[in-house]
Amino acid sequence: MQNKSTRALYLIPYGAWILLFVIAPIALVVYYSLFDIHGDFTFANYGAFFSSVYLELTLSSFWYAFLITLFSLLIAYPTAYFLTKTRHKQLWLLLIIIPSWINLLLKTYAFIGIFGQYGPINAFFAAIGIGSTQLLFTDFSFIFVSVYIFIPFMILPIFNAIDRLNPALIDASRDLGASPWTTFRRVILPLTMNGVKSGIQVTFIPALSLFMITRLIAGNKVITLGTAIEQQFLVTQNWGMGSTIAVFLILFMFVIMLFTGQKEKGGASIGKTK
Amino acid sequence: MTQQPIIRFDNVSKRYNDDTSVLNNISFEMERGKFYTLLGPSGCGKTTILRLIAGFIEPSSGEIQFNGKKINDTPPNERQVNTVFQDYALFPHLNVFENVAFGLRIKKIKQAEVKRRVEEALQFVNLQGYENREISEMSGGQRQRVAIARAIVNDPEIILLDEPLSALDLKLRTEMQYELRELQQRLGKTFIFVTHDQEEALAMSDEIFVMNAGEIVQSGTPIDIYDEPINRFVADFIGESNIVDGVMIRDHLVRFAGREFECVDAGLDPNEKIEVVIRPEDLEITSPDRGKLVVTVDTQLFRGVHYELSTYDRDGNEWLVHSTRKAQVGDEIGLDFDPEAIHVMRLNESEEDFDRRLESYEVSGHAE
Repeated sequence: MQNKSTRALYLIPYGAWILLFVIAPIALVVYYSLFDIHGDFTFANYGAFFSSVYLELTLSSFWYAFLITLFSLLIAYPTAYFLTKTRHKQLWLLLIIIPSWINLLLKTYAFIGIFGQYGPINAFFAAIGIGSTQLLFTDFSFIFVSVYIFIPFMILPIFNAIDRLNPALIDASRDLGASPWTTFRRVILPLTMNGVKSGIQVTFIPALSLFMITRLIAGNKVITLGTAIEQQFLVTQNWGMGSTIAVFLILFMFVIMLFTGQKEKGGASIGKTK
Repeated sequence: MTQQPIIRFDNVSKRYNDDTSVLNNISFEMERGKFYTLLGPSGCGKTTILRLIAGFIEPSSGEIQFNGKKINDTPPNERQVNTVFQDYALFPHLNVFENVAFGLRIKKIKQAEVKRRVEEALQFVNLQGYENREISEMSGGQRQRVAIARAIVNDPEIILLDEPLSALDLKLRTEMQYELRELQQRLGKTFIFVTHDQEEALAMSDEIFVMNAGEIVQSGTPIDIYDEPINRFVADFIGESNIVDGVMIRDHLVRFAGREFECVDAGLDPNEKIEVVIRPEDLEITSPDRGKLVVTVDTQLFRGVHYELSTYDRDGNEWLVHSTRKAQVGDEIGLDFDPEAIHVMRLNESEEDFDRRLESYEVSGHAE
C-alpha cells in the first residue's frame, strides 16, 4: 500500500532522532557508568554515589533547584495573573518571553558585569555608603540569575492556564459567598494547577543540572549535580563516576515528571464550554 | 401600602469606559416571591441588570436597593443573591456534591448539615443519587439542574437566572420551563430570569420587563404585554403581529386599510395618527362578502397546530393569519375580527401615559 509506506517514511526522522539522541546517549551513559577509572567493569560507582560526599551533593543540588523553582513560582504566578488581565496581554507576554531567546551565556556574562566589584550595583552601594560588597560567587547571585533565566519558562504555562480559565467560574465563586482570597484558593489555584506543574517541571528539572550558570556566577561556591558531572568528566577524567551521576540525574528527572505529570481530568478544558 | 420591594432601581445608569451607555436611567421595583423576566434582544442591557443585582458590576450612577438598603458597593459574596449562569459555570474540579456544597462550605457549616442540605437540594431538582458524579459526566440538562441546586441550597432571597435554558434543545427547554416555574412556586423565592425568548417569558413569568437599547420599554403581566403592547417594538418582539398605520377618528372608532372600524380604544386625540396591531390568531377566515377585510392569499404554511397564511389587502398591507381552516393560494378571502382584537398604539407614548390611558378607558368602558 502506498499509504502505509509513506506513513513509514514520515516515521524515519522521529525514529532516527529517538535512536540517536535519546536511546543511544542513555545507553552510553549507563554503559560508561559500569567502568571504573582504569576501565575495569564494576558496580563500585553506584556504591560510591551513596557515600556521604555524593548524597550531600545531591541534596544541595535539590535544595538549590527547589529555591530557584520556588522563587520563580512566587514571581511568575502573580505576574501571569496580572498579564491575563491587561489589555494587550499577548504583547506584554511577548516582552517577557523575548529575553529568553537571547543566548544564555551572553546573559550570564552580562550578570558578571552587573554583579562584579566594579559593576553598577557595587557602584550604587558605594554611593549610598554601604561600600563594595562581594556579590558574585555567592548563593544569592546564583539563585538570582537562575531565577531570572527560568522565569519566562515558568510564566508561560501558568499564563496559558489562567488565560483558559472561564471567568464565569470566578463570578460563580464570588456569587456563592467566597471572598477574593477564598476564590483564589478554592477555584483559581486548583484549576490552574496544571500550568503550575508544567512550570515546575520546566524549571526544576533543568535547575537540577545547571552547571554553566553555577560555574560563572557561583564559581566553586556552589556544587550541583551538573558541575559534579562536568568535573568528573573534564577534571578528574573519571567518566565512570560522571556517568553514574548522570544516570541518577536521569532517574530523578523521571521521578519528578511522574509527580508533576498532568492528570487527564479537567486538563484541557478548564471549565470552558465555548 | 404594599410590602417593601425586595429590589429597587432608582435612576440607575451603567456606562463603560469608552462611554457607551448600557443602561439609561432605569427605575423599577420588584416584589418578593414573584417570577420576573427581563426580556429583550441581545445587547439591550438585561444581563447588565442581572450583574448589577448580583454585584459583579457597579452602577455608574443611581441607587440599587435590596430590602430598602442601598447595596451599590456591596461585594457579591455579601449579597443574599445567587445566580444560575448561562453556561452554568460549574466547577470542573469538583464533583456534583462539592459543587452544590460550595456555598455552604464557605459559610463553614457542619458536615452533617452540609450533607443534609445538599441532598435536599439535589432532590429538589431530581438529581438524587448523582452526588459522586463528575461534572464532565453530566448531560446539559443535568448540569442545568446542578447549577440550580447550587443556587437554591444557599437559601438566597433572590435567584438570578441568566438565559439558563439557551443551551438546551427545544424539548428539554420546554420541560425546564415547567420545572422552573414550579420550583419558583414551591420555594416562594423571587426569581429574576433573563431571556431573549418571548415564549419562555410568556410561559413562566408573573411580570415581564421588555427591554430595548438600555431602557425598559414596557412592564406588565404576560397577558397585558401580549394583548396591549405599547409600541411597534414590543408588538413585534412578543409574538407575531400585523402592524399597520391608521388614524384614530374619535374614541372607539379607528380607520385603517381604507375602512373605519369599531374598536375599544379611547383617550386619544381626534384624527391622531396611530399604529394598529391585530394578532394573527385573532383573524378569522370567512367569505369575501362577510369579511371586514378582503385579502388575497399569497402563501400558506402548515405549522402543525394551525395554518399560517400570508395575505395582502388591496392597499398592499400584509396580513398574517393563523387559522385551523385551510385556504387556497391565490384565492380572495374575507377576514373577520372582533373590535377587541384591534389594539391601537400611539406613536412614542411613554409607559406611564400608556398605563394611565389604558386605566381610564378600561374603568369607564369595561367596568362589568
